[in-house]
Amino acid sequence: MSDVKNILLVGVGGQGTILVGKILSTGLMDAGYDVKMSEVHGMAQRGGSVSNQVRYGKKVYSPIIDKGQADILVSFETMEALRWLEYLSPKGKAVVNDYRIPSAPILMGKNDYPEGVLEIIKSKVPTTVIKAAEVAKEVGNGRTMNIVLFGALVKGMKLTDINWEEAIRQNVKTGMADINIKAFNAGLALVD
Amino acid sequence: MKKLLTGNEAVALGALEAGISYASAYPGTPSTEILENLAEYKDEVIAEWAPNEKVAFECVIGASVAGARTLFAAKMVGVNVAADPLFSFAYSGVNGGMMLVSADDPGLHSSQNEQDNRNYAKFAKIAMLEPANSQECKDMVKTAMEISEKFDTPILFRMTTRVCHSKSLVEIGEAVKPTKKPYVKNLQKYDLVPANARHLHVKVEERLKKLEAFSNETELNYIEWNNKKVGVIAAGVAYQYAKEVFGENASYLKIGFSYPLPMAKIKAFAAEVETLYVVEELEPFMEEQIKAAGIHCIGKEKITNIWELTPDIVGKALLGETRPVIDYDLSVVPNRPPTLCAGCPHRGFFYELAKLKNVMITGDIGCYSLGGSDPLNAKDSTIDMGASISMGHGAQKIFNRFNENMRTISTIGDSTFFHTGINSLMHVVYNRSNTITCILDNRITGMTGHQENPGSGFTLQGMPTTIIEIEPLVKALGIKHVRTVNPLNLKELKEAFTWALELDEPSVIITRWPCVLKKQSEADKKEFGNYFGKCVVETDKCIGCKACIKTGCPALQFNKGTKKVKIDESQCVGCEVCKQVCPVKAIKRVGE
Repeated sequence: MSDVKNILLVGVGGQGTILVGKILSTGLMDAGYDVKMSEVHGMAQRGGSVSNQVRYGKKVYSPIIDKGQADILVSFETMEALRWLEYLSPKGKAVVNDYRIPSAPILMGKNDYPEGVLEIIKSKVPTTVIKAAEVAKEVGNGRTMNIVLFGALVKGMKLTDINWEEAIRQNVKTGMADINIKAFNAGLALVD
Repeated sequence: MKKLLTGNEAVALGALEAGISYASAYPGTPSTEILENLAEYKDEVIAEWAPNEKVAFECVIGASVAGARTLFAAKMVGVNVAADPLFSFAYSGVNGGMMLVSADDPGLHSSQNEQDNRNYAKFAKIAMLEPANSQECKDMVKTAMEISEKFDTPILFRMTTRVCHSKSLVEIGEAVKPTKKPYVKNLQKYDLVPANARHLHVKVEERLKKLEAFSNETELNYIEWNNKKVGVIAAGVAYQYAKEVFGENASYLKIGFSYPLPMAKIKAFAAEVETLYVVEELEPFMEEQIKAAGIHCIGKEKITNIWELTPDIVGKALLGETRPVIDYDLSVVPNRPPTLCAGCPHRGFFYELAKLKNVMITGDIGCYSLGGSDPLNAKDSTIDMGASISMGHGAQKIFNRFNENMRTISTIGDSTFFHTGINSLMHVVYNRSNTITCILDNRITGMTGHQENPGSGFTLQGMPTTIIEIEPLVKALGIKHVRTVNPLNLKELKEAFTWALELDEPSVIITRWPCVLKKQSEADKKEFGNYFGKCVVETDKCIGCKACIKTGCPALQFNKGTKKVKIDESQCVGCEVCKQVCPVKAIKRVGE
């Protein structure tokens, strides 16, 4: 019944999902959409799993995305994609960063980092796997990994008509705008 | 102009546009950013962190009585701390308008219980507003001030995590220059001795009647007519969820002014619809009142009162609808629990603490509650702010009385000690127990994201201020045995524990080292120097014993294949706790 689209950004505290959520919602707002974005602050900054939910359309009510509802899942870390896969619609698609951050039980040797994560996801939904850390390094700044993923997201959601350069400039420090725009374009080019 | 704002940012902006000139709070998720944002408006608003919510609330009462428009904000459990002045201020009423923001946390994202603070409005007999998005957050602040002053009542401004931390579009208005009402001495109103308070109770009951009449008239409670087969009554974010589920297929009575409820309007709405649902998160606050008024409705018999509500929970409960999901085995994904950061000064402390035998470790609220997690496991309890010290005392008294060989060790942060720990420590001294109180002074309020506190040297609005030093403070309380140690030095910690355990009187161990994420002040730089560096494992020396892994540092990874440990250089800050733990000296500081 609703034209509302749902974007779910997930990762590990400190990976920059919140900045991407900000840029994304700025651009969507400027493009005339009603936008709601939800994130949970607090203990997440101590290395926990984090999510950032962006919903946009003509009129958005709920600020949160339910299980099976996301149109796209963008995971900044590999196994987080699997943790949050239940929130993706069976008709949705995934963009997954091939980038591992072991969690505490793995660091302690209690669990192994799960193998075959990408294969499981690929067997369920159309999936784009990106080595965003490498792309960001090629662009010239490893810390723009999140913006590379953002570029891939924009292409994946067919949102390329929006003026993203402006949205990026509004949300990053002046000196960092150009390198982030470069990272964004590199991310765009990664998705067909 | 429209902006995308969180509910908390919108409340701060609303305060600016409503002429609020005084605000006070103690940080607490999900309420913290309200004061942080208000603090930016230095010319218009005095915004202060108080040591605890009771103090904050009383400061706000003073400012209101003096004639200013005022705001208090707390997370839901913080309102408990302020409940004493709240119930009495509900009697006296206001001079300048007053609102108390209760930021509830359904789902316990970062809280110790799931209480529904709407009950405070009914309990204290004051008016309540419930915004459902950021625009309403902003607009309702102004409304709150008008209602507060018109009806002479504090306003409970009830938000929830999803209202506080979700962003939605807000139309920006004009800031107004705050003004103040004249202060008029009025003992009958503000002096709550029994002779006055007795009469004030009569006024409170009259006020409730007037507020109910207002509730029935105000557009804050409005009806959206659609299909009349289903009628939904909802407030706050639950209204958004109901809209998400029913869309145009139901009629709505949207409640913005939620206490006293608009019972006449509800009655009229109920009469028009075939089935009436009350969609509420947590407790049946509205449902019970509606049923008590003799109106049939369906609520908690279908919708759970446990954890956070979502549109799908509502849809499944009321329409039997379920959404298809991808089928896979989620159990293969290891947990990702929050951990103490690499270089956290609490790590070494808990590592040494965990070695002690025959101790009960009472914890408190803050990052250091993570000291109870694997692999440190050095905690027996967390109840509420300040409880570590007083609980420790009670337990110690009983262990001593029943001749059990047990000692209690209370662990509490600097900000939490200032919050309510001081009173508890006074009790320990006064009532002569031999507890060991450990004050983990990391020079800032950590967990909520680095707020200043009475020990940090700065106010919320950035003014340098007197640092309240913990060591002389606890001595002044009567603690004779005090040691301040460096928590990065395990030997110092161990010696301090041994020293304290031998004492038959109360002692305090202060661990003093800044939070690794703290932006260091000039005083910090002077005191602690630039200690940052990197450690590395000399792989040939590493015997794979995992001793360092037991510190739980996220920069250390054990490789099961090579049976060696590696340090992630991007995370390591060179705290050297792992270096001290290694039995074969395989870890060294880079450059040494």
